[in-house]
Amino acid sequence: MSTVRVEADRESCISAGRCMAANSSVFDQDDDGIVVVRTTHPAPEHRDSVRKAAYLCPAGAITLRSAP
Amino acid sequence: MTEAPPYPQPRTCPYEPPPGYAEIGERGPILKVRLYDGREAWMITGYRESRELLTHPNLSSQRTHPNFPIVAPRFRSQIARTLALIAMDPPVHDTYRRYLNPHFSLKAVRRMRPELERIVKGYVDEILDHGPPADLVRLLAVPLPSLVICRHLGVPYEDHEFFQDSSGAVMLGTEEESATAAQNLVDYIDSLVADQVKNPTDGLLGTLVRERVATGDIGHDELVSIALVLLIAAHETTSSSLALGIITLLEHPDQLARLHAGPSLLPGAIEELLRYIATTDLVATRIAKGDIEIAGRTIRDGEPVLVSGTLANRDPAVHGDADVLDITRENPHHVTFGFGIHQCLGQNLARIELEVAFHELLTRIPTMRLAVDVADLPILGAGTVQRVLSLPVEW
Repeated sequence: MSTVRVEADRESCISAGRCMAANSSVFDQDDDGIVVVRTTHPAPEHRDSVRKAAYLCPAGAITLRSAP
Repeated sequence: MTEAPPYPQPRTCPYEPPPGYAEIGERGPILKVRLYDGREAWMITGYRESRELLTHPNLSSQRTHPNFPIVAPRFRSQIARTLALIAMDPPVHDTYRRYLNPHFSLKAVRRMRPELERIVKGYVDEILDHGPPADLVRLLAVPLPSLVICRHLGVPYEDHEFFQDSSGAVMLGTEEESATAAQNLVDYIDSLVADQVKNPTDGLLGTLVRERVATGDIGHDELVSIALVLLIAAHETTSSSLALGIITLLEHPDQLARLHAGPSLLPGAIEELLRYIATTDLVATRIAKGDIEIAGRTIRDGEPVLVSGTLANRDPAVHGDADVLDITRENPHHVTFGFGIHQCLGQNLARIELEVAFHELLTRIPTMRLAVDVADLPILGAGTVQRVLSLPVEW
């Protein structure tokens, strides 16, 4: 099974926090409320919640790429 | 061509769509509707199409545009057309939003939980002291969001009745009442900001004075307009969601029983209630500033467009049994807080207020039930916040 690489665009982030609500071990917010990716290659068990995070981001700030 | 149906329409049940929306949904995901003033606007009723529209670069919130859709007379006023953030496009919108994000982020809001729990406990103490029947609108749903936003902004709570009444009139009054109430609020906030400039305190207003006004990022009047929007937006929406959420749960005893049996289901139940209730009915009023292709149709430059949260949240293309309340629904996706760059700044604060309030009520008044038939609850509102005027419960 392929893994994913998680990228977050801190410029377009609007601090909605949907990513962190979906998975707080992969996504965090800094003091400005802006997204921080804690682990760019999350373990396979996080796959569904990371997908959900990307889907729910209102600003389209989260991109998932397949990682080798 | 079929005639454009009227939108919005009043609900007959506090938490169910108006009967006339079924036909509108069937004609979706995009159609033309007729507004109260006789003008027509595009209406998006599909969930996926709502997301697509609300992230489209040609979508504008410029309410001063002559074709901007006006869904009720109160939105004609100058104040309604120039609201900070809500009636703004980038780049100014994004700049303001960045000033506020740190104070409404999920992390910031989670830090507020202990204080929220204390506040809610106090209100539920009062409800129990009062005894049945108790009006949950007066004793909890109205004062809770008011106290929370006053504390967060650093606004004196002694004036909460003024804020509650004024924000209610702005959102739900006639055109004249709404404009007068908004002006009264502006005058009041203007003096608060002047006080904060002289002597900034710990709340958000004082922080913005120190971090943004003192530095010259924004002026006095800009802070007044931002504070106005925060106060108005915080009051009615949360208050109504709380009251309508309680009614909905009490009217679905099977779901309520599941929640009693599994308190950890509460966060998911709140998302499902937000989906189901669609408190604001309309989640977006916009104008196209360039052509927008959506669902095989073209919204032309300068044409008005609306998004129905009520219908998008119950889109059968996305949700199985969309009209069924299921607190364990796997993906209770909704656009109740909007989508795109304007998605509700206060969404996390609203969620946590609902969570803390529901938890306290379910735990301490587990046998709570409506004291009157749901059909006899006085309801108000079409096209913006759905409101219930009183909510008598007994136990």
